[in-house]
Amino acid sequence: MFKRLSLVISAIAVLGMILTACGPAASTYTCTDKIGCVKIGPTDPIHIAYLLVVAGPNAALGIDSRNGVEIAIDDAGNKILNHTVKFDGEDGGCSADGGQAAGTKLAADPTIIAVIGTSCSSEARAAEPLLSAAGFVTISSSNTAIDLTLAGNANQYPGYFRTAHNDKVQGAAAADFVFNFLKITKAATIHDGSLYADQLQQNFAENFKKFGGTITLQTSVTVGQTDMSSVLASVASGSPELIYFPIFLPEGAFLIDQAKTTPGLENTKLMGADGLYSPDVMNTAGAAVEGFMVSSPLVQGAAYDAFVAKYVAKFGTQPVNIFHAHAYDAFNIVKAAIEKVAVQQADGTLYIPRQALRDAMYATKDFQGLTGVLACSPTGDCANPIIGVYEYHSGVYPPTLIWPTQYIKPTATP
Amino acid sequence: MLRTWRQRITITDIFVWAIGLSIAGVVIWGSISTLLQGQYPGKVWLDLSIKGLALGGVYALIAMGYTMVYGILKMINFAHSEVFMSGPFTAVFVAQALSKSGFLNRQPVISLAIISLVSMGVPTLIAILLERICYRPLRNAPRLVPLITAIGASFFLLYVFRGLYGSGSFGYPAITSLEQSWAFAGIQIYKTQVAVIVGAVVMMLVLFGMVQWTKIGKAMRAVSEDKEAAELMGINVDRIIVFTFGVGGASAGAAGVLYTLLFPVVNFYMGFFPGIKAFTAAVLGGIGNVPGAFLGAIILGLLESVGPNLFLTGLGVPSPSQLKDAIAFIVLVLILIFRPTGILGERISRDKA
Repeated sequence: MFKRLSLVISAIAVLGMILTACGPAASTYTCTDKIGCVKIGPTDPIHIAYLLVVAGPNAALGIDSRNGVEIAIDDAGNKILNHTVKFDGEDGGCSADGGQAAGTKLAADPTIIAVIGTSCSSEARAAEPLLSAAGFVTISSSNTAIDLTLAGNANQYPGYFRTAHNDKVQGAAAADFVFNFLKITKAATIHDGSLYADQLQQNFAENFKKFGGTITLQTSVTVGQTDMSSVLASVASGSPELIYFPIFLPEGAFLIDQAKTTPGLENTKLMGADGLYSPDVMNTAGAAVEGFMVSSPLVQGAAYDAFVAKYVAKFGTQPVNIFHAHAYDAFNIVKAAIEKVAVQQADGTLYIPRQALRDAMYATKDFQGLTGVLACSPTGDCANPIIGVYEYHSGVYPPTLIWPTQYIKPTATP
Repeated sequence: MLRTWRQRITITDIFVWAIGLSIAGVVIWGSISTLLQGQYPGKVWLDLSIKGLALGGVYALIAMGYTMVYGILKMINFAHSEVFMSGPFTAVFVAQALSKSGFLNRQPVISLAIISLVSMGVPTLIAILLERICYRPLRNAPRLVPLITAIGASFFLLYVFRGLYGSGSFGYPAITSLEQSWAFAGIQIYKTQVAVIVGAVVMMLVLFGMVQWTKIGKAMRAVSEDKEAAELMGINVDRIIVFTFGVGGASAGAAGVLYTLLFPVVNFYMGFFPGIKAFTAAVLGGIGNVPGAFLGAIILGLLESVGPNLFLTGLGVPSPSQLKDAIAFIVLVLILIFRPTGILGERISRDKA
């Protein structure tokens, strides 16, 4: 019985093979790629998805990146190799659970070639195992946690890239700014348990100590906490001159607001990182935001100015966050790699071998992007960052650049 | 005598007491070693206590809604945290409009009155609708049914407000005349903190007086004792229940005004934690009892504010403030072990007997 069944099956299989061999020329391509190929029919679009935070308190971060990609798609004439680009995606909520849920959904869609994302490093930690196993390339415009591209680490996955800076750079720059520019020698750090914040404050603390500074306390808050009085009291007991808290909203706004009313911290300087570079910081922290500093990548140049003009024309607002240019570059790196490896058939069918696409992206070199001349490392770091420090003033957005001084544009005040 | 004792005490009792005593021991040991370390001067404890009192006052007003509804219907209204959220989340737009026009800082008292009116009106309306639509048809259903309905209503309200106002955070504008502070014993006492504590105490007295000394308060107590008998005495039970929900909603709205003075950022999920804390406070004080809820809320607020640094610093726990919720709930467990009816719970049951 079984013998006969297997005979029938193999007969069908052989017949199938013969039939496909006799089919049109488009099918002569055989995929030899290690992790498979994506076949795109003559009229099918090239599917690129996003996994960004586009809802909730940190939505500005993801929406800004998505806007950057949309402009890149416009600039490409909405076409890669004569196929239209299909761009849609999922909200990752800037949390591990959100990343897990969105990653599961995306990984189930075999038409996806590349994913732009994630927004937050915690999302990446949960989503990347799924997306990497599905064979996609992932390129993030705003993940900065160190271990995502640290070789030989459980959180580093093949096919993962980023155009955002590595926090090794940001933490060191922040420590340099605080110790050498502000001349502050005593600082405390607060994180919120997220991958990004914990590693960034640790890196800041290590570099700060290397310069000769003292870290009075490294402590943490929980996501969703509103009353910061007890954590601020422990921080105040070491009387630091600066508190570094590279966290997100709304906890960051509560810290800014409540530090001003904590005995011993009334005049302590406060500093955050790129997670708190958002108009919502100014809107939610109110007058207390005056003098609050954030470190963030610095992007300048004529190409960038032209990009911002397009952004304003398309979305009717100044860029709402910092990673729009990084997202623009991320899309273009993917596009360049697809153009390099895709196999085109005479009838317009396109085959994209997935492993070859990854290899082409790892081989990116001398790429002229908005954020500089980019090259990708063997673990996926593609950024070429300069870190700046910005200071908020009550009622004014964006915050003004205060460091490094050589990049400050002279203002036109009389 | 000894024999009856031996029969009464079970292994479970001994086990539970051992848990309770060991937790109490850790708390006392931790507090003593923290104080001996002397890391925090006295003024820090004073500052934390004032912040804790303010937080407790807010919890107390939210707890009113839980405890009064429980007192009358013997049902826990889990949608109350969303009723609380609806007020300040709506009033933020009024506050922002007032701030933009400059009226807020020119007439802070009138502005605060307008904000309070909106912030109390919306939750009152929602609480009354909730009772009419969700709970009244289920009044004679088994007790589990309204409980599950309450959870469903909670999610419904949560996502209605997310749909209405979006998922972002909104900031309340600061009222400059409330930003001043007085120096007292080496710390700054802010007008907002005083306003919150005074506001909470006044609201509390009004509610307590209403339940204790007015005609409608008497009717509420009668309905809570025995619904059928109250109805036979000519009390309109439906009206009393609607009134109770309305008062609970209004007091949650008042809590919302005070909450935003302390934490001026609102979003659609802001109700969850204060709601669950207020519920804890109501249980701690003895659910169904108005002064008990107030006492429980003040204790909880103080514990959350002072507790982490006092109990845990001396034990060498890193970042103790992360464990403040754990402390609050451990105290709840302790109270339930040693006094299952809550702090003031027993008096009520004796009165009823």
